[in-house]
Amino acid sequence: MAATDLRSVSSVAEVSQGLRDHAYLPDEALATAVYLALRLRRPLLLEGEPGVGKTEVAKVIADWGGGRLIRLQCYEGIDAAQAVYEWDYARQLMHLRTMEATGRARGADEDRLADELYNERFLVRRPLLEAIEASEGPPPVLLVDEVDRSDDEFEAFLLEVLSDYSITIPELGTFAAVEPPVVLITSNRTRDVHDALKRRCLYHWVAHPGPQREAEIIRLRAPEVTDRLARQVAHAAAAMREVGLYKPPGVAETIDWARALSLLGGATLDLANASATLGALLKYREDRDRVIEHDLAAIVADAATAHSP
Amino acid sequence: MSDEGGGAAGAPTGPRGSLESDPVDVAVGFASALRRAGLEVSLTSALLYAEALSVCDVASRPSLYWAGRAALVHRIEDVDVYDAVFGAFWLGEPLGVSPMAAASVPVVLQVDDADGSDEHGEESPGDTETITLRYSATETLTTKDFADYTDSELEEARRLMERLRFSGPTRPSRRPEPSRSCRGRLDVRRTVRAAMRSGGEPMRMHRRMSGRRPRRLVMLLDVSGSMERYARALLRLVHAAVAGRSRVEAFALGTRLTRLTRELSSRDPDRAMRAASAAVPDWSGGTRLGAGLRAFNDEWGCRGMARGAVVVILSDGWDRGDPAEMSEQMQRLQRVANRVVWVNPLKASPGYAPLARGMAAALPHVDDFVEGHNLESLERLAELVLTDTPRASRPRDGSRAAGTVLAGASA
Repeated sequence: MAATDLRSVSSVAEVSQGLRDHAYLPDEALATAVYLALRLRRPLLLEGEPGVGKTEVAKVIADWGGGRLIRLQCYEGIDAAQAVYEWDYARQLMHLRTMEATGRARGADEDRLADELYNERFLVRRPLLEAIEASEGPPPVLLVDEVDRSDDEFEAFLLEVLSDYSITIPELGTFAAVEPPVVLITSNRTRDVHDALKRRCLYHWVAHPGPQREAEIIRLRAPEVTDRLARQVAHAAAAMREVGLYKPPGVAETIDWARALSLLGGATLDLANASATLGALLKYREDRDRVIEHDLAAIVADAATAHSP
Repeated sequence: MSDEGGGAAGAPTGPRGSLESDPVDVAVGFASALRRAGLEVSLTSALLYAEALSVCDVASRPSLYWAGRAALVHRIEDVDVYDAVFGAFWLGEPLGVSPMAAASVPVVLQVDDADGSDEHGEESPGDTETITLRYSATETLTTKDFADYTDSELEEARRLMERLRFSGPTRPSRRPEPSRSCRGRLDVRRTVRAAMRSGGEPMRMHRRMSGRRPRRLVMLLDVSGSMERYARALLRLVHAAVAGRSRVEAFALGTRLTRLTRELSSRDPDRAMRAASAAVPDWSGGTRLGAGLRAFNDEWGCRGMARGAVVVILSDGWDRGDPAEMSEQMQRLQRVANRVVWVNPLKASPGYAPLARGMAAALPHVDDFVEGHNLESLERLAELVLTDTPRASRPRDGSRAAGTVLAGASA
């Protein structure tokens, strides 16, 4: 499929269609948020339950626009050396020894040595620098994943980079983005993202899809699943989210479940195949027990009758 | 800017979403309507919204709605207020009572008024006198039961609580620190830097080792009716902890769970208390501890906040819910937390036994079960939180905590 120029999208409908063409079904809310992020060249902060497809949005936008997906996975203690750039010290040291061995180092003052060593060929580019440096072709998509895992200091630093899309390396100078990358930031809300960062971003809360849209998503992602099974699976999953589980199933899990059911030859959901494949959907023993003991038969029966042929 | 004048920032009464007006005027007007309803909306966000309006199809209601949500709302909790104001501003629906305004009316926590008058009334005449008085007051206060406090004593206690430091146990961090000794991994960066100064000869190997940082501290305060006498004093303790260091989270447990971290983060104690009382809709209401813990586990705790953290629950353990739920939720919490400390103000009462159903159900999943009825016991709590005892060296099932109390009761 031909890549689209992300910077020239002109309506929410176009975003909706574009994502749909790349096997992602956005609702109007998400499509609007993405549209605004592209048009206003702002980062988009996505929060929501785990497993609702936050990370997937970035991948699909990259596919759609034909740009590179540059992913920065955050974790506690992440710092500039892992996020922006680092010098290749081993090679620098080797270079230094070579200079010494060939006698070039002798007599050279510290400044000249530094110029020689802090050269772009010893620069190791990390995701943020890569995203800002990219100048040719479609704009890259920068995914800052799980920003809530990083520390406050890093968030402040990120804010700085996202404000003017430029990075200064003392030894080399300033790198500024010709065209700001498309930036998506995800958070699971283990802590609040700082207000200043939020103000910089557009915000969208990604919710679990309704049964109808979820059935469509399953069909789109797993075409081998029959339409009826997809609808029954979505119906049952929605019911299970109401039961009060430790980890309500996300979209990724329902897709897995539908695939598993389909693989076992089920054209329709029944109690036997549902309980045999429940492990694809529920990942806690307690959740499994709760669903089986109290509700599984009823949930399956309800889903089966709601979408009978 | 606009010849319509429909979107100016004046006081609105009806629908003012006149789409012919300048987007900036409309955006600023809508933003101030949101602010009046209690949302924090910065000017940056309002301008971002104006930009959004100019590229959106404003004739489409969903588009108008979602553009505002994306630009002006930064927390999912704020959506209800946004919806109400959106209806009033763009569609002319009656605003009704906004959730924020409703929450700030009934304040059962009586301490705040008294605090203010005490400050100005008693402190002015003669400085020396006050100091002597306060000193002796401190002496008696440390062992006095919170339930018997007067409002002015409570104020005094707050000052003392501010001195409690929950600096907390540390854990290994992934952020490394330079090491002075010969241990740790080689720090190539610093070694090369230093080598340049000596003409390229690395004279000294710099090393670094993993640093340490404080564990997160999560405080869950029971604000139900049975805790009323203690909750007002303990809230000050929670405030002191939140304002005193980073990585502290605070929640109120009543008939529902309310996050108080933001409200309590103000250093000004009076403002923090007011904000916290306004935020909790159910002071001195019923108790559904199990359900509250479940909400905490689902929405925050198990998702990451309680992982590796020290969790302090301040409650008397009265729970009208199902004890099975209580036990289940405590089990979940203990599995992810580094340590669970239960502070029970009733524990010090003579003849106390943890017979309240909720307390009995929770005890097997508690690492430390301590008193919390007076200042002295809270000082011990702060010390306890400071020491970093690995759980492996303690009885895994919490029998130590339960055992001590039960033995004491039967004696």
